[in-house]
Amino acid sequence: MLMSPSSRRRRQGYAAAARPAAARLHEPRLAAHVEDLTVSYHDKPVLFDIDLNVPPGVMCAIVGPNGAGKSTLIKAILGLVKPTSGHITLHGLPYRQVRARVGYVPQRSTVDWDFPTTVHDVVTMGLYGQIGWFKRPGRREREKASEALKMVGMQDFARRQISQLSGGQQQRVFLARALVQEADVYFLDEPMAGVDATTERAIVKILGALRDAGKTVIVVHHDLQTVRSYFDWLVLLNVRVIAQGPVDDIYTADNLRATYGGQIALLEHGDFTRPAPAPGPGPAPGPGFDAQKEDAGPPQAAEAR
Amino acid sequence: MSGLLAFLSDYTIQNVALGAAILGVISGVLGCFAVLRQQSLLGDTLSHAALPGICLGFIFAGTRELSAILAGALLTGILAALFMLALSRRTRLKTDAALGISLSVFFAIGIVLLTYIQGTGNAAQGGLDTFLFGQAAAILRSDIYVMGTITLIGLGLVLAFWKEFKLVTFDPGFAGSLGMPVTVVETALTLLIALAVVVGLQMVGVVLMAAMVIAPAAAARQWVRSLEAMVILSALMGIIAGVSGALVSALATGLATGPLVVLAASALVLVSIFLAPERGLLWSGLRRWRAERHLRGRQVLATMYELAAAHDNPAYPAEQSMLDAYHGLGTGKVLHRLQGRGLVRRTTHMPQEGIHWELTEDGRHEARRSLAALGKDES
Ligand SMILES: Nc1ncnc2c1ncn2[C@@H]1O[C@H](COP(=O)(O)OP(=O)(O)OP(=O)(O)O)[C@@H](O)[C@H]1O
Ligand SMILES: [Mg+2]
Repeated sequence: MLMSPSSRRRRQGYAAAARPAAARLHEPRLAAHVEDLTVSYHDKPVLFDIDLNVPPGVMCAIVGPNGAGKSTLIKAILGLVKPTSGHITLHGLPYRQVRARVGYVPQRSTVDWDFPTTVHDVVTMGLYGQIGWFKRPGRREREKASEALKMVGMQDFARRQISQLSGGQQQRVFLARALVQEADVYFLDEPMAGVDATTERAIVKILGALRDAGKTVIVVHHDLQTVRSYFDWLVLLNVRVIAQGPVDDIYTADNLRATYGGQIALLEHGDFTRPAPAPGPGPAPGPGFDAQKEDAGPPQAAEAR
Repeated sequence: MSGLLAFLSDYTIQNVALGAAILGVISGVLGCFAVLRQQSLLGDTLSHAALPGICLGFIFAGTRELSAILAGALLTGILAALFMLALSRRTRLKTDAALGISLSVFFAIGIVLLTYIQGTGNAAQGGLDTFLFGQAAAILRSDIYVMGTITLIGLGLVLAFWKEFKLVTFDPGFAGSLGMPVTVVETALTLLIALAVVVGLQMVGVVLMAAMVIAPAAAARQWVRSLEAMVILSALMGIIAGVSGALVSALATGLATGPLVVLAASALVLVSIFLAPERGLLWSGLRRWRAERHLRGRQVLATMYELAAAHDNPAYPAEQSMLDAYHGLGTGKVLHRLQGRGLVRRTTHMPQEGIHWELTEDGRHEARRSLAALGKDES
């Protein structure tokens, strides 16, 4: 799913204007860099003085209690909510200029799944940004969508109405829609919420493959048990950033208590002192889903950046 | 026959039918977006908010002049829409509450203005309250041209920005992440619906216009599997409702066109909810009944299979009355259906009387299969 530099240049659409500037970057930058970000809805700050640095090529979890502002943080980075103050760059550039290199999976519950459309059509929507004004998706777009559906194991559902999907299938469709974006940085809002163990494993495998291909994957995650086995970078969030860094340094009893307060009994007798569970589908390096194997490779990724 | 021809070539009737068809197209197409964005109330708000504009247009022009009145209606409709958008974006109010507030405020102002005009005793005001329920017969050919132009502009915009309208309707957050100007698209959709409402004011009137926005779209939703199909079918339903309402009112003189058009659209909704495949009540009921029937057949097969196994006799003849007792209902019909499918056959079992059945080879196979499937489900 990686684009060659030439096909990347062909990319146009809503984000066409500032593409050349990206090519002129010559120092390595952080995949995501947030400075002094404050966001409030109706006077009440839900994010306060956030500083965030995520290096490229990591799989990063954003963890925090309900209402901590995790979704809001992602939306602010993607320019979907207007911050009160702060400065945000992705790979050294403001979001407006790197849109074409960013993929997004919103929280599944934010859309009406009774919308009259098919699985394949929803995945094609991931390419609307590249197609640009006035044009319609063509054969190339349809093929890309089919390819992405294969990657998430949903090829048999391509013509299915989205109203007839289970929660886990919906989640895979959203993931496929982000995969067709062929991004360098992915933001996923709770992609593992309400899916069964098999689907969760499949999703983690795909995300791991993206990371192994040099992409940055930033995931809002809600399951403390699996943080260490799935992720290598961790941001603990509760209105403020409590801690951030490599997961092994950050996943400590003190940090978790500071994030969740007394809210979670598990923390007191928690399993976080035990060794991390066997990685299994986790960040163990190696190819992910079958289709990913052939065309995903670090050299290309370096070039693309 | 010649009577019918004369009827159809009647100038007024042509006008009314054409106007109703145009109204059906634009409100059908734009209604889809309102319904899918769960803003069914939007049509209601916009149409009720047209009333103060109608009155202001009248006060401004001094007579019942259509262009001034429609311009006024469009203006207050847009104001109400912007008021609603601001309310839902700037405050904690949910969209439906914002719509409701906007509706009541503007409609109340409209009624106040209407009673004020009536109080002034202006002779020309006689026609103003026809905008409450519409007066189709008053439509002129020139009005048709205006309606047609507005509709073409609306359709052109929907066609040109199809991708944007579709994605912003389905998933505004994702649309925003792609750089689509979500707020602009949402505002444009709202303004287009305001235009559609203005198109329908003369025909259907302020009070019932909302139905023309919602009904064709809601009916079309029952039948389709894509937004493209929904928009086209909704436009067709709008045309059917418009034209049939217009013709009925022309045949039965004295019946108002607007309400008849709305009734026709509502009938389409009822029929769709009942009949549509997949989502319709009739078909889902039928599907459930079929599934139940199928299940009963499988249960009887399984029982016979187990009896045969217990007696160590693959061709064990089971007595029908025993099967009845076991299943607590008459199994005769089920057994005959199974016989039709070649899964069981009738046997005699001397010296006993009564009807006996045994499994055929196919029946044994089928029973094994469904038992195996059952076992898998349970584990
Ligand atoms: N559109 C909005 N208007 C007003 N308040 C909002 C809005 N969206 C979120 N909030 C508030 O902002 C806070 C943070 O919300 P956010 O959705 O970012 O939390 P979260 O960490 O993603 O929570 P969850 O785990 O439940 O998804 C919450 O208190 C929420 O009530
Ligand atoms: Mg959230």
